[in-house]
Amino acid sequence: MIQFAWMIPLFPLLGFVINGIGKKTISRKGSGIIASVAVFLSFAVVGALYLQVMNGTLQSATLDMFNWLSVSNLHIPFSFLIDPLSVTMMLIVTGVGLLIHIYSIGYMGEDEHANTFFEYMNLFIFFMLMLVIGANFLILFIGWEGVGLCSYLLIGFWFKNNDYNYAARKAFIMNRIGDVGFLIGIILMYYQFGSVNFIDVFGKAAGMHSGEPVITAITLLLLIGAVGKSAQIPLYTWLPDAMAGPTPVSALIHAATMVTAGIYMIARSSALYVLAPMTMNIIIVIGLLTALLAAIIGLKQNDIKKVLAYSTVSQLGYMFLALGLGAFSTAVFHVTTHAFFKALLFLGAGAVIHALGGEQDIRFMGGIRKKLPITFITFLIGTLAISGIPPFSGFFSKDEILAAAWDRSPVLWGLGMLTALITCFYMFRLVYLVFFSTFRGTEKQASHLHEAPGVMTIPLIILAVLSFAGGFLNIPALFGGHESFHNFLSPVMSKYPQAETLITASSTQYSLMGVSVVLLLLIIFIARRYYIVNKQVPEADASQLKGIAKLVYNKYYVDEIYDFLFVKPYTFLSVRLYSWIEKNVIDLIVNTTGAVAIWIGSQSKRVQTGNTGLYLFIMVFGVIFMLLYLVISIHPSTH
Amino acid sequence: MEKITNAIQVVPIQHYIYLSLILFIIGIIGALLRRNSIIVLMCIELMLNAANLLLAAFSAYHADASGQVFVFFIMVVAAAEVAVGLAILVMMKRNNHSLDINLLNRLSDNN
Repeated sequence: MIQFAWMIPLFPLLGFVINGIGKKTISRKGSGIIASVAVFLSFAVVGALYLQVMNGTLQSATLDMFNWLSVSNLHIPFSFLIDPLSVTMMLIVTGVGLLIHIYSIGYMGEDEHANTFFEYMNLFIFFMLMLVIGANFLILFIGWEGVGLCSYLLIGFWFKNNDYNYAARKAFIMNRIGDVGFLIGIILMYYQFGSVNFIDVFGKAAGMHSGEPVITAITLLLLIGAVGKSAQIPLYTWLPDAMAGPTPVSALIHAATMVTAGIYMIARSSALYVLAPMTMNIIIVIGLLTALLAAIIGLKQNDIKKVLAYSTVSQLGYMFLALGLGAFSTAVFHVTTHAFFKALLFLGAGAVIHALGGEQDIRFMGGIRKKLPITFITFLIGTLAISGIPPFSGFFSKDEILAAAWDRSPVLWGLGMLTALITCFYMFRLVYLVFFSTFRGTEKQASHLHEAPGVMTIPLIILAVLSFAGGFLNIPALFGGHESFHNFLSPVMSKYPQAETLITASSTQYSLMGVSVVLLLLIIFIARRYYIVNKQVPEADASQLKGIAKLVYNKYYVDEIYDFLFVKPYTFLSVRLYSWIEKNVIDLIVNTTGAVAIWIGSQSKRVQTGNTGLYLFIMVFGVIFMLLYLVISIHPSTH
Repeated sequence: MEKITNAIQVVPIQHYIYLSLILFIIGIIGALLRRNSIIVLMCIELMLNAANLLLAAFSAYHADASGQVFVFFIMVVAAAEVAVGLAILVMMKRNNHSLDINLLNRLSDNN
């Protein structure tokens, strides 16, 4: 069955080509259907492979396609790796991707460039699949770069707006900054291990000691790449700006798949990371800081998509926290549940925006749950999931992360819990302000309020079911479950020594869970008090804010700081270089070369005097010269 | 043929070479330096005939007839070439109303 693995990235690539060639001729609905069918076919193949891996008929297997790079000692085959981790990621990408594609048929159906949209979406799925299916770091890197490109194309999809173009550019450049680290890491890895193949590198690494400087360097460099791709501090500011793209793009790329590429990469390289405790500690710090600070920003945002964007950054911080604690399969579990409920939340937000004719500011929404029942219920399910209320999926994955944090230190648990409480608060703030109390929009919007069409609500419903039931993939032993997800992934992940030290008593685990649930319910109640009973609405005019509120609303001014520290000097340097070096030096060289060529030509031209006598003379002279030369060369001077 | 060979070897071959060389040089100088196109054509003929003379002389000296056969060929070519050359000359006279060779300078770079 594995010999069909090459079909998996092929279908979206074909969809890309077909939609690209037929851009002017295929109808909008048609291109959407072609794109969705392509993703569906990939999903079917992945499903079949998953069943095989599941019941053990297929272990970790590599499919060698062809010999790709072969230069002296460097041999990199183009091969795919099918093992539990790659199959899990592929299921998420194709499954959630399929639902989002179907949703987009409805959402982007009237857009004049819908065909281009579906073309880019299929290209993205292709690259993302390449990323997770590759058997060596170089193929992963192809996918890595490719999804960065598609992210740029899709963020700046409505290219007529210059702000969106800047947002796309910002995303791409920040990604690239991370990629520099990634690439250096891969080179260092090749230098150390002589290969970039997963199996080779991880096999050789197993024999090394913990804390070796080379491994620490490699893991740090790879981490830089992950920080850029997965929007961690300090390279996270592109993600909120990326909300300039259409909502399905935000759902697919900036919630479910691309941003999880960094987490996938670190989980895949677990064999390296367990040997670098310093890097792991850095990951913990970065993850926790990102989770907490982004959550705080989310408290004060008024754009529905921005709130979800900061929520994504925050949840990615949670996943990094899990990785840093050595709970690799927990991180992947949270990736899975997060894909479900975050895609659901984004698609639901898209339905709201669609219903309100493009309005994204929650201060002008409210009370729309009667008119949009399906959207409301699914959005509520997503919110419950992200807040970590049992028995929704988010509870299982988030509590596992918190339990792993408690094992390491109660302080980590406390900060993680605090972030969870803040998450719960701003998500329910969002729900209450959008769906409850009174409508604060215009008359025209109120009259046009309607539930989204079936093609949009059915994916919402499916994702809601998954957000509810997804947690049951991995019921912990505490509840008598089999931890199937962990067992499925455990052959791929390495064990982290620092995580094995403490086994918490089950009574402590119960009480931790109990405490978190009680606190979360309290937060929901407080939010309700604040936004429904007291009918508080965020300030219509942001300039009235003072102090901390102002700081948080302006996202701690990080964008402004980056602008001052990096963008302005770079732009200044760029302008200087252009006006001086480019004009005076490079243009000088090029123009001089041209002038010299012209001068040589004009001098050579003087031979043609048109004087026949001269031509005859030169001809005679030439013949005499040749004869003389011949004579002298045949007879040496001494005779 | 031997009788011719014996007779001609009275005069050493160098004399023929010198004569032919002088004629050839006169021909070259004339072709380069004269202004009248007819004189230039005549000088070209002179050069050809100098070669003819030398060929005939060598053929007699070595009792080899191929030299004289070659002379025939050269004479045929010279005749054809004169025909063409005179045709060009007639056109030149019609267009420029003069036979001056220095008037044929329209291929110059006009500088």
